[in-house]
Amino acid sequence: MPGPLQYFIWFSCTLLEVAVLVCAYRRQAIRQYFLLNLYISCEVIASVVRFEILHHYGLLSLNYAYFYYYSDALLTILLFLALSSLYSQVFGELNAGRYVQFGALFLLSATALFSFAVVQQSSAKLLSHFVFELSQNLYFVGLVLTYILWAAILKLRETRTRLIQIVLSLGIYFSLYAANYALRNLYPSMESVFQSLNPLIGCFLPFAWAYAFWRIPDDARLEPSRLAVIR
Amino acid sequence: MMAVVILVCSLILMLQFFVSYCRSLIAASAKEPLPLEVQEVTGISRSASADDFSRVIQLLNLCPERPEDRSQLRVVGAYYRLLGFVRSTIALFAPSLKAWADRERALCAYFAAVTLGRRIAFSRNLLAQQMLP
Repeated sequence: MPGPLQYFIWFSCTLLEVAVLVCAYRRQAIRQYFLLNLYISCEVIASVVRFEILHHYGLLSLNYAYFYYYSDALLTILLFLALSSLYSQVFGELNAGRYVQFGALFLLSATALFSFAVVQQSSAKLLSHFVFELSQNLYFVGLVLTYILWAAILKLRETRTRLIQIVLSLGIYFSLYAANYALRNLYPSMESVFQSLNPLIGCFLPFAWAYAFWRIPDDARLEPSRLAVIR
Repeated sequence: MMAVVILVCSLILMLQFFVSYCRSLIAASAKEPLPLEVQEVTGISRSASADDFSRVIQLLNLCPERPEDRSQLRVVGAYYRLLGFVRSTIALFAPSLKAWADRERALCAYFAAVTLGRRIAFSRNLLAQQMLP
């Protein structure tokens, strides 16, 4: 079973996710960021169900492992779709929403095919390894897409502070996860150490989004060129 | 090989996102004028210098904490330390990077001074509420 510190991080993360929903509701941002809030809601539900399964079957049970990785893959796909909704917001004025949705679906399918191709060559438990591989690859694709979105924000001079902070925090989150997955692959002997970092990384996104919804008014604006590292 | 590429790309992009995120937190305060009392206490009037940050943080610690500031200050504090690290390592070989790091550190100090102003106002309100019959 997880130790007190792991439980503390887990509960804090779930509380932060609930805080995102409350803040979004209070600031009337549920509809505007619908897919983001849907993703957070599913995170809360998954967290509760994971706890139930852990409580009934234990940490080392197959039930918990299967549910953990399968729900993680589904949540990553949902986060990927949430990211595409941010694209729609940034490109909203260009009426490019349809193209963005098409592009997101294409990339999702391509990533799934690539993951399947990688797993097919070297795995007996095809579906389970596919789910793990898909999550890992989606984090990296998500990271690249977030960077492209950030470049688009700078190019199109998008000024909405809340949207900018949501995108930047998503970028940090994706890069942390992608780096963690890469480290797990590079040092398999230290997998348990890197895996224990996952819940800690998971706290960052709800924390940053709760802050963005609560503290930054919808009409707050800033000059994005001030934020660019490379000009 | 693939994992190494992913790791390197992730770390570089994370650094870029982190710097931009911190700048987005600081940007709002950069246009805010400092209250007179903060100018007197800190000696900062229009722009802060790169080394003012620690001094302003010491002053901040003397005031009652505002829960709203805590997380922002932690993130900006981490950014300030990262800039200090860049300044004392990589920037030794690139003077332009050193100048950039100093400008950023000065913005962090100004952000801390703005936060100090908010805390002073918060303490005053708190005191006023306690004095009310």
